Amino acid sequence: MSDTSKSMALHLGLIAVLFALCFALPAYHQGNLARVMVLATYTIGYNVLFGYTGLLSLGHAMFFAAGLYGLGLTMHHGGWSPVPAFLFGLFCAAFLSAVVAALALRTIGVAFMIVTLMFAQAGFLTILYFGEWTRGDEGFVIQQAARQILGFDLTDPIVRYLAALLLFSSALLITLRMMHRPFGRLLVAVRENEERTRMLGYDVYRHKLLAVIISGTISGAAGAGYGLLFGYVGATFATVQYSIFPLLYVLLGGAGTILGPFVGTLFMFYLIDITSGLTNAYMLFAGCILVLLTLFARAGLMGEIRKRWARWLP
Amino acid sequence: MTLLHTEKLTKIFGGLTAVNDVNFEVAKGEVHALIGPNGAGKSTFVGLVSGRIPATDGAVWFEGENVSKLPAHARIKLGMAYTFQITAIYAKLSLYDNVALALGQWDRDAAADALDKVGLRDRIDQIAGDLAYGHQRLLEIAMGVAQSPRLLILDEPTQGLAESEIADFNNLINGLRATTTILLIEHNMDVVMGLADRITVLDMGMILATGTPDEIRANQRVQDAYLGTSHAET
Amino acid sequence: MDFGAHLLLATLEGAVGAAVLALTAVGLSLVFGVMRVVNVAHGEFYMLGAVVAWFVASNIGGSAAIGFLAALVIAPLIAATVAITADRLVLRRLDYDPEATIVATIGLLYILQQVALLTYGPEARPVEAPFNARIMLPLLDWTGGWPKFYYPTGWGAPSITSYKLFVIGAAAAILVVFWLVLTRSKIGLIMRATQLDQETAQAFGIPVDRVYSLVFGLGAGLAALAAVLIVPIQQAHYLMGHDPLLLSFIVVIIGGLGSIRGTVVAALLIGLSDGIISVFFTPTLAKILATLLVALVLVFRPQGLFGTKAA
Repeated sequence: MSDTSKSMALHLGLIAVLFALCFALPAYHQGNLARVMVLATYTIGYNVLFGYTGLLSLGHAMFFAAGLYGLGLTMHHGGWSPVPAFLFGLFCAAFLSAVVAALALRTIGVAFMIVTLMFAQAGFLTILYFGEWTRGDEGFVIQQAARQILGFDLTDPIVRYLAALLLFSSALLITLRMMHRPFGRLLVAVRENEERTRMLGYDVYRHKLLAVIISGTISGAAGAGYGLLFGYVGATFATVQYSIFPLLYVLLGGAGTILGPFVGTLFMFYLIDITSGLTNAYMLFAGCILVLLTLFARAGLMGEIRKRWARWLP
Repeated sequence: MTLLHTEKLTKIFGGLTAVNDVNFEVAKGEVHALIGPNGAGKSTFVGLVSGRIPATDGAVWFEGENVSKLPAHARIKLGMAYTFQITAIYAKLSLYDNVALALGQWDRDAAADALDKVGLRDRIDQIAGDLAYGHQRLLEIAMGVAQSPRLLILDEPTQGLAESEIADFNNLINGLRATTTILLIEHNMDVVMGLADRITVLDMGMILATGTPDEIRANQRVQDAYLGTSHAET
Repeated sequence: MDFGAHLLLATLEGAVGAAVLALTAVGLSLVFGVMRVVNVAHGEFYMLGAVVAWFVASNIGGSAAIGFLAALVIAPLIAATVAITADRLVLRRLDYDPEATIVATIGLLYILQQVALLTYGPEARPVEAPFNARIMLPLLDWTGGWPKFYYPTGWGAPSITSYKLFVIGAAAAILVVFWLVLTRSKIGLIMRATQLDQETAQAFGIPVDRVYSLVFGLGAGLAALAAVLIVPIQQAHYLMGHDPLLLSFIVVIIGGLGSIRGTVVAALLIGLSDGIISVFFTPTLAKILATLLVALVLVFRPQGLFGTKAA
């Protein structure tokens, strides 16, 4: 089997397993997994920019929030139905990422991280500033009655799970396809040696720009999906913490791998789930894991697997 | 026919004028060597030509077109290829991936052929960073050649190569004469004298002399500045 | 209260904030200038200083002044020790790689913050100021030709506490001492040499590793010191590191990464204007403008006001 078909099989296999789990899991874990899949979509989006292109953003929460509020505000205040609201959320995220890219890509390295952090912080404060409509930290709920598509009630656990699976699978397969094609390989080339890539005749700036936009839009899709499926829109999703989470998940799961985001998200979600039952200070574990990862396992779980056993993993 | 020429090309870094008002030309089909003492501005000069370094003043003309305003990647697309003085390959990627990026297509046969030209065909799946330094340089040259450029710019290509590899390099260049114009920076005088149709000597950012290898060898000023011969003693 | 009084008060209150911000930001700037790394956990060392100050003050008998003095000495030392440990165990092993360091210090941020939550708890607790006399502020009376000072009376009369004036003075004094050490002493020379060219410094026999540890500890110590000064005015809380971190970032970038002078000037500008702007704009809008300003400065003028090198 060629490398490409091997990885297709693996990823389709994962989707199939997740599909089967929908009917096999008890309600608590089924709900968790639905949440994990939406968050993993966010992480997949982040991975495109960080794992594959090599640009570390500390402000991705703004893209997640753009999707979340794009959908949330239009549904809650405008009475829009889910599909146009979702598309609007996507549009907001895409537009925001284009603007941020045009500005932030003029900087490199540490400056890029800080610029993205600052833009995200400004975004968070703006949400608070317009608290009259956004209800700030408290947030608002999207009514169950509104969350129906084509007769399917998205609040029903099974429908919700499958919708989350649809979102996740789309993101997974889109990025998988992208990485097998020249564009994806060029992102890797930019990460590995930007100057060399430029001197091979490739327009590095354009590639980075597209990477930011694709990354931001997928993150926005996750945000819009989260609002639609779980019915809650709040400013916490725009805080620095929500920019750190995808970084943490990606590092743990394996930056620059397709499955890494899912693995990392799943692991951390359950780690936080379990430890928050034990103590208030569950983020302590996140902190320790971050430090240990940077010291001993920068490639993350899937990255180590790829290095040692499965070179063909994309 | 002139493939490349520069008009008053200048680069000033803060207080230092690295390249000073240089009018230089390369004829189509020739192998043109650029030599000069360390710090003469040779790498900076080809950096200006390729667009990697923005010029302070002056113009670059390639195939009759003024490319001075074009960014580096656009100039490369027009038909230049560039190898770095300090090897710049994708150390963590395989030789196949390296060459594929240079070729612009992911075709194993084409990549294998490209690697064959420098004798690295059977290492196609090795990780580039694991190669010996000399082989890494060969890989970089292979990547340059793989782009089928009209102008191939080589910055000290034989540095780090063993004698036999240098001989292979000479053969490679000779094999390219029909299709590619070559501009190379070199310190190895044997290579220069053996390969070059014409030589330009750069010193302190300015052209000291241009001519055939024999002319350059006989040139007094060049000897004083660079080749360092008995003339200085008399 | 009339406008003049408002303005005077806003300026003085702003000066207190600016003083503390300057100290904190100088710590961050020093670390970036010499080590070329961004310490995202910097705000947590600030918080650590405040929390340790509370522990010290509430466990030492005697007057508030003694507790405060003890805290002033102990808290920065503890913060510096933690920082040096983190440097030896983690940052040095990462070879100060910029990206890895940022991620590792994010981890450190959570570790420090959550340990504080576990030991100190989620409440905000005050520390008593060593002295706290109320000082009436004079205003200028312009009626009758020559301006002369007068002390307004009544409810709206502007006043400030002696402690707040002390904070301004203390911060200024510490910065002056720091500046003298940096520019006049041998250790300051070593730090500056390491900042200018790490490799050459090493070639000259300067133990760069140890200098880095020292600098990292010093940066943390300054932040903790600033927090001890402010804690009698604000309260100690495990999340209090967040805002100073962002503000310090803003100050350091606008002032110019690696320039101590720029950092101090920017801290004064931002601290004072923050106080004054808050009179006219809501704090949220002011913060939005400040963060956007930082981003745009980094994009269009990366060297800030006084910086020399591009980040």
